[in-house]
Amino acid sequence: MIKYTKPLEQTTWRETEVGGVLTVPGTAREYRTGDWRSQHPVWTKSRCIRCGVCWTVCPEPAIVEEPGGYFDMDPNYCKGCGICARECVTGCISMVPEEE
Amino acid sequence: MSAHPAKAQRVGMEVSIAVSHAVQMARAEAIAAYPITPQTHIVEHLSTLVANGELEAEFINVESEHSALSACIGMSAAGARTYTATSAQGLALMHEILFIASGMRFPIVMTVANRALSAPLSIWNDHSDIMAARDIGWIQVFVENGQEAYDHTIMAFKIAEHPEVLLPTIVNLDGFILSHVVEALEFISQEDVDAFLPPYQPKYRLDPKKPVTMGAFAMPEIYTEVKYAHQVALTNSYHHILKVWDEWANLTGRRYRPVETYLTEDAKVLFLTMGSLTEVAEVAVEEMRAQGLPVGLVSLRLWRPFPFDALREAVKDAELLIVCDRALSAGGPGGPVHSEVRNCLYPLESKPATVNYIIGLGGRDVPPEAFHDILARAQKEVESGPSGEFFLYGVRG
Ligand code: SF4
Ligand code: SF4
Repeated sequence: MIKYTKPLEQTTWRETEVGGVLTVPGTAREYRTGDWRSQHPVWTKSRCIRCGVCWTVCPEPAIVEEPGGYFDMDPNYCKGCGICARECVTGCISMVPEEE
Repeated sequence: MSAHPAKAQRVGMEVSIAVSHAVQMARAEAIAAYPITPQTHIVEHLSTLVANGELEAEFINVESEHSALSACIGMSAAGARTYTATSAQGLALMHEILFIASGMRFPIVMTVANRALSAPLSIWNDHSDIMAARDIGWIQVFVENGQEAYDHTIMAFKIAEHPEVLLPTIVNLDGFILSHVVEALEFISQEDVDAFLPPYQPKYRLDPKKPVTMGAFAMPEIYTEVKYAHQVALTNSYHHILKVWDEWANLTGRRYRPVETYLTEDAKVLFLTMGSLTEVAEVAVEEMRAQGLPVGLVSLRLWRPFPFDALREAVKDAELLIVCDRALSAGGPGGPVHSEVRNCLYPLESKPATVNYIIGLGGRDVPPEAFHDILARAQKEVESGPSGEFFLYGVRG
């Protein structure tokens, strides 16, 4: 992952690029979309057929493949949209509210 | 005056056509514009110059001003010297894109042939179009005659493209009053323009070999910092503007200042005007001086960045400042120029009283006699207390 020299919240106005130009790729990774999740998917592995549809449809993409071909979400980026749960072919993903 | 004045050619020409020739001599590479009265002749003639091969530029015909400025942003992002022009409703239709052009720091140059905003529909001059776009983050200059329109169009490119400026720039010229008159003016040679204005060297450009992201979104953690960098660049552009104007003075003998003054020495009463009204006010002030009245004139040539210090210096010894606005901020304090002038003077310990007269809306003629009348009324206001926040001069009833 390409990192800025400083985290955004420590960058001064003098250190911004003219017009807010981004000179390096991959900076969207700095944006932790997982911060504003109100629910998250939970996989029931016993019913998962490892088809990968959930991995394909996640818009972030925040689903990672685990050893053995099963899937889980990356808590930094999963925003809790529930698309994976809705599209899962066997219905093995359920959305669980975040704990306060 | 310069020791080596540029070779000048004296021509008689409609001011709009002169502006299009200034754009040609500046070697604009990319133009996108939508015709709107009274700006039409500028882009019509540029389109002819491009079609005839007299100007090597991409001319994009678009279906609206929103698209015109969007296309200009794309072409400026690709690294081209970019120009457009508009008026009134056209400027209003560009509104959201105006902020994007300045926020992304593209040095686009635009002529605004100032015109009243509808409704009621009016194609004639006032400043309500540009005053509704005060906060767009562009450099904004006003011109008083055709020569200035030609001069400032060429200079605008040099100012806008300076690596420490990189800001879009508007040259305001009064619709019809300037755009459609034929004036005698001086063109300098193409060689002199080329020496004055080298090709644009963008810091970043859209280039597949060296990709960058332009116009990305900014998190709350960084938006304020990017905005402040823009604010500082616009404020600091003041010094670069002065340098470019000085260089032009050395080249042509025509010197411009952010706040122009006329017969202000020992003046107790000052008028403040902008744009073509300044030349009318000059006639009136000369007549007043001939009658022994201690009256002078200041005009704001530079509107953004606002010339705080120069204005304070220019008016500090006067007792009364009569600010003549050509726009009305309805339901507010009156004229936008007066609002800002009063704001600029407020911190001073000793300052002139100010009164605000809004004149010449929607093409209403303002002859020199109007200034005599305004002077008499303003002096009465000072004696008996102001009648209101502002006075809409000439309104019947
Ligand atoms: S809830 Fe949405 S963001 Fe999270 S893993 Fe599923 S599809 Fe991706
Ligand atoms: S879509 Fe459902 S069944 Fe297919 S891999 Fe994902 S969780 Fe398993």
